[in-house]
This record gives sequence, structure tokens and C-alpha cells, in this order.
Amino acid sequence: MLSIAGIANSIHQWLNETFSSGWATLLEFVLVGILVISFFAFLGLVLVFMERKVSAYMQLRVGPNRVGYKGLAQTLADTIKLVVKEGLTPDGADKFLFNFAPFLVLIASMLLMAPIAFAKDFQIWDINIGVLYITAISSISVIGVLMAGWSSNNKYSLLGAMRSGAQIVSYELSAGLAIMTIVILAGSIRLSDIIASQENGWWIFKGHIPAIIAFVIYIIAVTAETNRAPFDLAEAESELTAGFHTEYSGMKFALFFLSEYVNIFIVCAIGATLFLGGWMPLHIGHWEGFNHIMDFIPSSLWFMGKTFFLIFLIMWFRWTFPRLRIDQLLNLEWKYLLPISLFNLLLVTFIALMGWYF
Amino acid sequence: MQHQDLPSDYFPMVIQFIVAVGFIATTMVATHLLGPKRKSKIKLESFECGIESQGNARIPFSIKYFLVAILFVLFDVEVIFMYPWAVNFKELGTTGIAEMFVFMVLLLTGFYYIIKKGALKWE
Repeated sequence: MLSIAGIANSIHQWLNETFSSGWATLLEFVLVGILVISFFAFLGLVLVFMERKVSAYMQLRVGPNRVGYKGLAQTLADTIKLVVKEGLTPDGADKFLFNFAPFLVLIASMLLMAPIAFAKDFQIWDINIGVLYITAISSISVIGVLMAGWSSNNKYSLLGAMRSGAQIVSYELSAGLAIMTIVILAGSIRLSDIIASQENGWWIFKGHIPAIIAFVIYIIAVTAETNRAPFDLAEAESELTAGFHTEYSGMKFALFFLSEYVNIFIVCAIGATLFLGGWMPLHIGHWEGFNHIMDFIPSSLWFMGKTFFLIFLIMWFRWTFPRLRIDQLLNLEWKYLLPISLFNLLLVTFIALMGWYF
Repeated sequence: MQHQDLPSDYFPMVIQFIVAVGFIATTMVATHLLGPKRKSKIKLESFECGIESQGNARIPFSIKYFLVAILFVLFDVEVIFMYPWAVNFKELGTTGIAEMFVFMVLLLTGFYYIIKKGALKWE
């Protein structure tokens, strides 16, 4: 059967036969680099388009529909426009930090792409500390956000950056604790092990109550961590114009925008991997006939389907809930989500020790 | 038993890092070369909704944000402590659970103190 892993293996074989092993490895690195960058750009284009279409249909509008077939080329046109715009650095800004901030934010989200398993046996980097690596790298982006806000020398930017910093670091705790419930159930922090442990059922079904609580907490926490509505205080358009990237223009702004959307993809991909089985097809117990039919759907489609379902969920939130105030936001995290996730952790330990999961 | 971890296992991360830096640097340089450069004094002022900007933005700021950051550092370190336990808790058994329970009780006592002290109260 044609699969992504099969294609990757045949390319690997062909390279090793044609060139010496050193050159082959180097060429593979180049190939992976090109693939990552193009996937990155492609994700940016698709997600921005999806966001605009989803928003439009939820408000009974049509959304972009003029450029290209049904408006599909709209975001591409926007990107070209952004590239040829002037990238201003305001007079009062700290020039070095101002230009350094987009690097930091985007590098963090690009590094997060490495350990994600996109399909069966198709993973750039299967590191043994996968989950820990993800939690560690994802906290770097907050430094970039604070840097951008402070260096702009703009009151809106500073306010936005401070809010966003407080929000991202707070919600990271709950996200980490929610991830840890799955680590306890799966008994490993290597992502491929966690996926393999879900072969006979996804953790959200197998881990029943604690896993569902953890999943809900995880979704709330990552919505806040990616600065999405209803937690979009950092760039609340109606009060702070654009928050921490008010002073950015042209491609520098586009880089922030890109990293925001790629971050949404990454957190949803990790959520899908931990709770919804990654590329594992939906299997129901020992119902062989059903399981065989599900196996016919390629693993990459399973992964993308689950991820985009979660992305759609997060986009849906935006048009459902009103924006919170900063004190309500921090109260929600520190007074509700954090104690709940700590108790949930104890509950899941108890259940795992007793073997009360499937 | 898994194989010994070598520093070379982290090589893909270095490659990814180089790719990321290269990509961003290329786009930044490209936009610098492609874009127009027409600068004027008013254009380079920081944006304040069209009103003349008043003073410097780097002013004393609400201490609450700093408090939240400090609390995060405390709690995040605790969460990191839990990872090794979460992976091995089956081998550590009931002793491990009891120890983790004591640890969490201590953590929650501090947490209760913070709440009562009003560290998270915004007027």
C-alpha cells in the first residue's frame, strides 16, 4: 500500500544507493529542511484561509471568494502583499530586540514541529523525552512576545505583552498537568510509545473520566496559550489595537502571524497525539470487521483529520464565547483549573494503580 | 531497556534550528530588499491611535504581572519534578504515591496561602 513512510523509505534507499552514506544523510537533511519550510508556509496559508472561511460562515457571510478558485488564492495574494511592504522600525524602539523578537517566536514554533508524528513511522525526530521537549520549547515563545512588546516603546504593545506573558505562563501549568495524566496512563514520555499504547483504543476512551477532564483542561489551556479568543486579551483589537505586535509591519508582522497559526496547529497536533491516538485509526475492542475497514484509511489522513477537527473546535470557540477580563482570566486558571488538574492527577494515579482503565 | 542516549541524538534539533534561523533570516532580508523605504519623522513615531504620542512607554508597571510570573516559576518547577515520578510511578508503588501526596499537600498549602494573601486579587 502506498504510504508516506513507504515513500520516505524508498527515497532513503535510493539516496543511499546513488550517493555515499555521508552525502545521502546530508541530502536527507536538506530535503527534510525544505519539506518543513514548505509545510510551514502551506500551513500558514491554509489555516488563515480556514479561519476566514469558518468565521465567515459562522456570521452568515461568504468570506474571501474572488482571488483564485473560490477564493483559495486569497492568502497567497496577502502574503505577496506583505513581502513587498515596508518593514518599519519605529524611532523609539530598541532596534536589536525589535528585530530579534520574530526570530525567537518563530524558532520556538519550528522546533516544536520536530517530534510530531505525522503518519505511521513518519516522524522527523523520535526523541525519548518527547513530551518534556514540547513543554520546554513551547515556553520559549513567551520571551519573544515580551521582547516584542517591550522593545516597541509603545504603550499598547507593552500592555499587550504583559497580559500575554502572564496568560501564557499561567495556562502552561494546566496544560503541563493535563499532559502528565496521559504520561501516567501511557507510562512513557516518548511520543511514539504514547501513540503505540493507544492501539486498542484512544486514551480519551480508555482513560474515561480523568482523561476527559484532562482533555477539556488541555483544550482550554492551549486556547489561552495560543492567545486565541476568548482569551485574546493580548491583542484585543478593540482596546489595544493589535497588542504586542502593534508596531510591526510587513513581513515582520507576517512572521508573528504565521507563528500564531502554526502554534495552533502544533498544540492541536499534540492534543490529537496524546488524547485521540495520533495516527492510530479508530479501533473498537475486538470487532475485527470494523477495525479492518478503519485500517484502510491512511494513517496520515487520520492524524490530519483529528488535528483539523481540534483546530476547527478552537476556531469555533472564538465566535461562541465573549472575551474575558485579565483578572477573570487569571482567576479561572489559578483558582479553578490548577486545583482541578492537580486533583485530576491524583485521581488518574489512583486509577492507574488500581488498573481501572481499559 | 532502551539504548544509551548520546548527545548526537539531539543533532536533528540543531538541524531544525539552523533551518528555522535560515528561513526567518531569508524572509527578513528579502522583505528589506523588496519593500520600499520612505521614512519620515511622523511615520516613525510610535502608534497611539493618531493622537500625538505622550512620553515614554517604559514606565513603572503593575506589580501583579510580576507576581504571576514568580508564581509560575514556583509551580512550573514543581510540575517538572513530577515528570520523572509520572513515568516511573508503577515501579515506585504506594511509597511513591504517598510521597507525591505529601509533596502535593505541601504545594497546595502554599497555594492556599497565596490565595488568602490576596496575591491574585485585582482591584
